[in-house]
Amino acid sequence: MRLILAATALSLTFAGVAFAQQPVPPGEQPVEPYVQSNANAGATPMRDKAVLEAFHGKEGIARITSDLVDRNIADPRIKDIFATADVVRLKRTLSEQFCYILAGPASDGGCDYTGKDMSATHQYQGITPRDFNILVENLQKAMDKEGVPFAAQNKLLAKLAPMSRQVIERR
Amino acid sequence: MAAVAATLAFGSGAVQAAEAEPGGKLLLTGGVSALEGGGGGGVATWALIGGNETSRGVGGSVHATYVNVPDYELRSAGVTLGLFDRVELSLARQDFDTGATGAKLGLGQGFTFKQTVAGVKVRLIGDAVYDQDTWLPQVAVGAQFKQNDQPAIVRAVGAQDDTGIDYYAAATKVLLDRSLVVSGAVRLTKANQTGLLGFGGDKHDRYGAQFEGSAGWLVSKRLLVGAEYRTKPDNLGFAKEDDWADVFVAYAFSKTLSVTAAYADLGDIATFRNQRGLYVSLQAGF
Ligand code: HEM
Repeated sequence: MRLILAATALSLTFAGVAFAQQPVPPGEQPVEPYVQSNANAGATPMRDKAVLEAFHGKEGIARITSDLVDRNIADPRIKDIFATADVVRLKRTLSEQFCYILAGPASDGGCDYTGKDMSATHQYQGITPRDFNILVENLQKAMDKEGVPFAAQNKLLAKLAPMSRQVIERR
Repeated sequence: MAAVAATLAFGSGAVQAAEAEPGGKLLLTGGVSALEGGGGGGVATWALIGGNETSRGVGGSVHATYVNVPDYELRSAGVTLGLFDRVELSLARQDFDTGATGAKLGLGQGFTFKQTVAGVKVRLIGDAVYDQDTWLPQVAVGAQFKQNDQPAIVRAVGAQDDTGIDYYAAATKVLLDRSLVVSGAVRLTKANQTGLLGFGGDKHDRYGAQFEGSAGWLVSKRLLVGAEYRTKPDNLGFAKEDDWADVFVAYAFSKTLSVTAAYADLGDIATFRNQRGLYVSLQAGF
């Protein structure tokens, strides 16, 4: 497995020559180059002003995603999966992703998602349906803490739920 | 009445507090226990697989239900087993207590019909919760094997049989972006009052298609309110059988314990008119 990963990484590095190396944001680990695109977010934007307001805008989204990551890395049920994760990068990309889904791209006043796509990101993590649901629970708690009304929470969850197909590996 | 254990939304399901807990299904996604056993609403059947386990485990639930209408009492208790979120096995015992009405019907004070229902349900396609990017519902088919313990009396009122098998197909969808749960089922049945008065009758003795529908609104993680409707056959000459309807509230105290309370209209039962009253069901899941 390690060999295959190393080989994949190597070939990705070569492929990466095709596009410019992205600068590594402060506090983050460098990652193998990949093609950045809002399509990697795995869902189309909602463009519902009321829902965005219910999340308290970009600041509220950033608080929720940061809290979600903190909960996940402290949750005895799933923290092992996050053991080697780049927490700084995870908070940034997750916040971009939720912002893109709730507010649209940066050109519309929202955010562009610069992370990897959901299949590539979660490959080889062996995530189960139970792990997925635990993360959703933690997200509900983070949204509760931010004071997001239940109906608005469900609108975001409706966008995330189908990603289970890419995220869950062990069915 | 409400199938969902109250909290829909992802989350509660089965995941209990500490470590080493079983479960892992999202809240509500096992439904509550239906009167005839298995995951569903109170009187309507859902396509959800009961219990709190996901595709990687075996979960289950137990329920106790009490229905009090003016001239009768109905009690039900049962167990449901959910296997890998694919197959559901259920066993329910129903007691239909005629109380003082029994004497008026010539059956004797407190006469009680009893029925055992063994059910099997298989999820065919779809995931009611995850598949939010398509209109495709979760679809399941199932069968219920019913045995009434009063062969002589159900035949005396016109029923043709004291055992019967119901076949059904159910489709259930959670519309998360609207916080709604909708479900429909078609049932092929000969059962009189779900089988409590036997199967087939002097008026009709053929399988007929009946409809069950429910809709619920997820008010919060713990609370679901909604309504159900179930059409019924009308096979017996001595008394008209009516459709059933109810409005319900399902509340999850915790991931494992929920209660459903409903106001149910069971129509006319065995010549006694307008049987409306309270339905209460307690359910524990794992
Ligand atoms: C719909 C649900 C989910 C979404 C939207 C999501 C989103 C993301 C995003 C945006 C990233 C960062 C991508 C990047 O670095 O380019 C990420 C990484 C990660 N996710 Fe998820 N995720 C979900 C479910 C899960 C679940 C259920 C788990 C495990 C319980 C999980 C574990 C991880 C881990 C460990 C990383 C870090 C990978 C690394 O740094 O190498 N994710 N996820």
